[in-house]
Amino acid sequence: MVEYLPILVMFAIAIAMAVVILVLTHLLGPRQDDPVKLSMYESGVNPAQDSKVRFSVKFYLVAILFVLFDIEVVFLYPWAVTYKTLLSSLGWLMFWQMFIFVAVLLVGFGYVWKKGGLQWD
Amino acid sequence: MEYALFFAFSLVAIVSGIMVITQKNAVYSGLYLLLTFFCLAALYILLHAEFVAVVQIAVYAGAIMVLFLFVIMLLNLRFESDSFAPPLPRMIGIGVGLLFAVQFVWIGLGGMGAAAERNIPEGTTAALGMELFTKYIVPFEAAGVLLLVAMLGAVYLAKRKHN
Amino acid sequence: MDNTVFTLLPLMILVGFSLLVLVADMMLAREQRPALGIVALIGVIVSLISCSWLWNAPQTAWSDMIVSDHFALFSYIIFLVSTGLTLLLSMRYLSEEDIQFGEYYALLLLAATGAMLMASGLDLMTIFIGLEILSISVYILAGFARRNERSLESALKYFLLGAFATGFFLYGIAMVYGATGTTNIKVISQVVSEGTIRSQSFLWIGIALLVAGFGFKVALFPFHVWTPDVYEGAPTSVTAFMSTAVKAAGFAAFGRVFLSALQPMHADWTGILWILAVFTMFFGNITAIAQRSVKRMLAYSSIAHAGYMLIAIIAGDANLSSGSLLFYLLGYAFTNVAAFGIVIYLSRKGETEFDGKDYAGLAIRHPWLAFVMAVCMVSLAGIPPTAGFMGKFYIFSAAIKAKFYWLAVLGVINSVISVYYYLRVIFVMYFEKPAADYVHGTLSLGMKIVLILSVIGIFQLGTVPGSVMALLQNSMMVFQ
Repeated sequence: MVEYLPILVMFAIAIAMAVVILVLTHLLGPRQDDPVKLSMYESGVNPAQDSKVRFSVKFYLVAILFVLFDIEVVFLYPWAVTYKTLLSSLGWLMFWQMFIFVAVLLVGFGYVWKKGGLQWD
Repeated sequence: MEYALFFAFSLVAIVSGIMVITQKNAVYSGLYLLLTFFCLAALYILLHAEFVAVVQIAVYAGAIMVLFLFVIMLLNLRFESDSFAPPLPRMIGIGVGLLFAVQFVWIGLGGMGAAAERNIPEGTTAALGMELFTKYIVPFEAAGVLLLVAMLGAVYLAKRKHN
Repeated sequence: MDNTVFTLLPLMILVGFSLLVLVADMMLAREQRPALGIVALIGVIVSLISCSWLWNAPQTAWSDMIVSDHFALFSYIIFLVSTGLTLLLSMRYLSEEDIQFGEYYALLLLAATGAMLMASGLDLMTIFIGLEILSISVYILAGFARRNERSLESALKYFLLGAFATGFFLYGIAMVYGATGTTNIKVISQVVSEGTIRSQSFLWIGIALLVAGFGFKVALFPFHVWTPDVYEGAPTSVTAFMSTAVKAAGFAAFGRVFLSALQPMHADWTGILWILAVFTMFFGNITAIAQRSVKRMLAYSSIAHAGYMLIAIIAGDANLSSGSLLFYLLGYAFTNVAAFGIVIYLSRKGETEFDGKDYAGLAIRHPWLAFVMAVCMVSLAGIPPTAGFMGKFYIFSAAIKAKFYWLAVLGVINSVISVYYYLRVIFVMYFEKPAADYVHGTLSLGMKIVLILSVIGIFQLGTVPGSVMALLQNSMMVFQ
């Protein structure tokens, strides 16, 4: 547990820095707000519409495919770490278990590719 | 020390969890969710589940969070649409939720001491891998099939042109 | 390699064929796609054969993650029958709905794989992943008609509520693990019977959450609200699958957990399930009476049937209960798929209303079709000599043997109530005048096979049930 202490300390310092800087600017900086100053700046032109536009569903597709392959990698990692240890007891089985897992996902990958899941349009 | 940290992180997790559902701006909700994820990761470390903690940061705070933000932007929620449910159902929902919470805490306190396990197994990547690739091999391969199903669904339902 | 590896053969075959379907889907031209249904069907048949091959050697395997006892194998058969019949119904239906995509067949096979993991899982982790594979496949299938708003609405409702239920279920597993220190069903049963539980209250919360999770999957009373809308909005062939295979999978896992792992606590959990069963039966049957649409009526009737099936679990004797439950589920699979097949055929012209022109005078226009529908309705109502009657008979006698007299009486009362709305369909078909402007469609070959097989199945189970029940003797390996 003790080995995580530096991370905790780092987090504490980072949060403290952020809070201190925010508080300081708030207290020290002069504030003279008026409507023109607070309005959106678009190269001097009056803003035509809200800056928040609706995202296309395509972003979502990319994100969820990323999550799925990310999870695949999460499984690969402990496999790589234990490969040498388990190779002596399981032999080639150790290889084939991951091979089957990846092969199933490879078919999925082929499907995604072929159906244009990776294309923008 | 461990108990103090546990209560600190649990408290932040619960408070930010409540903030997730009470914020009017959906993006703020998302950021509070991120904080909840980080607190959970810290709790996993306190439980000696190191690998799960890393995965929590990498997958949840990383990838799943991006997914959440994309969905928020996809729906393009406005500030005005602050409540999804009219007041009465919302009050009933809160009431039922509180009832459950009280019930769970009450029953849970009764069993707390008894269920505490002292010899906590190691949660490092290697220890997890040893279990995963020997004992839990069937659930592992099945998880591959599960990911395949999710891939099919995502592409089929979200891809606009389908041939 | 020892032969315990082969305990997963039926599942491996299905996964293999679903991958084959996906790969073939990428190569085939659009008009050749119905052939993928045939490929999937071959997969189902090969998997069925492998089940019979495994039948004589029940065993636990894969470090106690999987058990291939007769309970699991017979559940496989139910899932495969339901999947096979659904495939036969779907091939033409998908073309007509303009959703002829290979993913459909692959997802059906994968859903059946998930169902099998649920039935054979000897560890709550295996059951959970099986539940997830099944659920996610079916969420997608419910929304498979992507251009149809009702289909998408049904998928979304099912997904949101289903995700909640899965959360409850997983939390229940965590609680049971906290109380017993294991997720293995065999060990849970030992720990519970020896009384070496770490925390009784955690176990209680766990059981309550598991009941909520399973209750959602099989549509028990307070967890049923999604059922009518989802069943109505989903493509009808998917509804047929949901009401048979998904329900059977839910009950198989429900039975495994409660009749095996939690069997030593039988006296403690019967009370709550008793109440759920009674409410489910009355709610399903009484609301079904008010329905105008046949598809919706069948949805409410499926809630009522979940109530009857729950009686089998309440009876609580591992062999008696699981035998009668599986028998009932098999009969229900034949009956419901055929009934939904006829709904598919008739609703092609638009509505599915009772008073619409579709069912009126069906006996004159299509005597055989009307006959099959009548057989299905009679079986659902539980009138001899059909599968539905024998199923109810076994379940109620199991309840009586376990001294749940009132439950059996309430079950019979409900069967009598249900006769009203099932027979109304028959009445409309046989005694109302057909509409003049009715245009005949043709039955596809697949549909004909489904109807013939179902009628044979219904009468076979209804007249010579002994041969099937003999298979179900000592179906569940009991560990004590």
